[in-house]
Amino acid sequence: MPGRRRRRSLAWLGVLPFFAYTTLFLILPSAQVMIGAFKGEAGGYTFGNIVDIVQTPNIRHAYRQSIEISLVTALAGGLLGLLIAYAAIREGTPRWIRSAFTTFSGVAANFGGIPLAFAFIATLGTVGIVTQFLTNVFGIDIYANGFSLFTKTGVELAYLYFQIPLMFLVIAPAVDGLRTEWREASANLGSSSFQYWWHIGLPVLFPSLLGAVILLFGNAFAAYATAYGLTASGLNLVPILIGADLRGNVYANPHEGQALAFGMFAVLAGMMLLYVPLQRRASRWAR
Amino acid sequence: MRRPRISLSAVVWLLVGAAYFMIPLLATFLFSVRDAQTGKCCSLGAYGVILHDPEFWTTIRLSFRLALETIVISLLLFVPTIYWVHLRLPRLRPVIGFMALIPFVVPPIILVVGLLGFFKDTLHAPFWYLGNPNYFLVTAYVILAFPYVFFSLDAGFRAIDVHTLTEASQSLGASWRTTLLRVILPNIKVAALSGAFLTLAIVMGEFTIATLSAFHTFPTYIQYINETQAYPAAAVSLMSFGITWAAMLSLLLIGRRRRVGAAVTIAEVGH
Repeated sequence: MPGRRRRRSLAWLGVLPFFAYTTLFLILPSAQVMIGAFKGEAGGYTFGNIVDIVQTPNIRHAYRQSIEISLVTALAGGLLGLLIAYAAIREGTPRWIRSAFTTFSGVAANFGGIPLAFAFIATLGTVGIVTQFLTNVFGIDIYANGFSLFTKTGVELAYLYFQIPLMFLVIAPAVDGLRTEWREASANLGSSSFQYWWHIGLPVLFPSLLGAVILLFGNAFAAYATAYGLTASGLNLVPILIGADLRGNVYANPHEGQALAFGMFAVLAGMMLLYVPLQRRASRWAR
Repeated sequence: MRRPRISLSAVVWLLVGAAYFMIPLLATFLFSVRDAQTGKCCSLGAYGVILHDPEFWTTIRLSFRLALETIVISLLLFVPTIYWVHLRLPRLRPVIGFMALIPFVVPPIILVVGLLGFFKDTLHAPFWYLGNPNYFLVTAYVILAFPYVFFSLDAGFRAIDVHTLTEASQSLGASWRTTLLRVILPNIKVAALSGAFLTLAIVMGEFTIATLSAFHTFPTYIQYINETQAYPAAAVSLMSFGITWAAMLSLLLIGRRRRVGAAVTIAEVGH
């Protein structure tokens, strides 16, 4: 049928601009990173760059620290976000509180980078409002007790500012999916609150929770601006190393930056492979 | 058995959440109204310093212009594509959905490595492209906006009956252009605007790609002020927060009944 074939070929033309654009500005640049990571300084292909990364203690430390920060903020942010979402959605909480928290979360989850870094400097920096408040009112000098905003702990506190609201936004539909009838039915059958959560609540929420925590992990792992704004180049994190590499003041090997980026990509791709099937399962109960 | 009263533990967690959200903003505000000489409250001097700085106006105007350009190109590229996919090539929808997940595994810090490596070192692209934020940054920002615009538009197109609308329009003699502009577009206006406001928030806050490809935009200006002047830094950080706030609030106001979460579930590129 010539007519039908002709229509199909025209139909493909319709998505050509989209695929041309994404190929040129997303696929090929990404491929460049993947290929460059395995290119030798003198040309040819090599595992040398990857071996270098694994063997350089400073870079190993950066990966460990990046993963630690992402893990801690994903778990802590996930837990707090879940508790706040449950508190906002559960029966008895007025409806407007939920709307207000959703709005604020939408803003806070998108508020990051340099301004967020400064907000935390104004709060918990050496002369920050909370730092001074604790010193003047309670006589506790947190900086004398080992705290500093410009360390791993400080970066984690700042990341939580967008991790908690992101968790709220992601998990709210799943929490909403916990039907009141389930709770009532389990109570009618004589189960305790703990039994309800252990046998019904958590198993239903589990895929959503795990998916959300993975999302939060990736969100923190890829973050550059907030950490840079807080510590400039002071904290040893993978994105900071890549940034220093691009600014051209650290490494001699031009492929090292690509190898570092490839390492990040590998971690994030692993996360994605876990995330997609979980998301599919989770959507079963979400309203 | 309805409990009309809010439970104590709910109150505690809601207060914790509210405090975590409000205290840094309050601290930034208190910082911004300190007097430059005495360090005490209250003076609007810091805001004056920012508003009288020509760099502030140059960079915020540039970032706003980049945001508008990104929005226009995104909509021109993605609206017809997603319309066409829903109408004629439904089997491609998961393919594009999969591609919209790629920016999650290729975040800005990796994308900028790739863009510079590909266009600068491999293609040796000319300076009019590499050195002009209106070309280099906007092409990158369309990619950053892609997942948000896609998920927003895809939800919009799923909510309408693309086939019936198109057939009705064409059987009344409308051209493709008329169909797209006067029939389809008004029906997905909310979705398109949601994508546009998310893009605005992204571009106005994007630091990573801008600074690492040596452009001076609004976020890199904020970083410069952060390094040099404390109280004006608080003032300009608060202004930046205001922009995010305005963009997200507009988003919520236009799409009251739609699920807010859907658009915010991929990587947050501004961090």
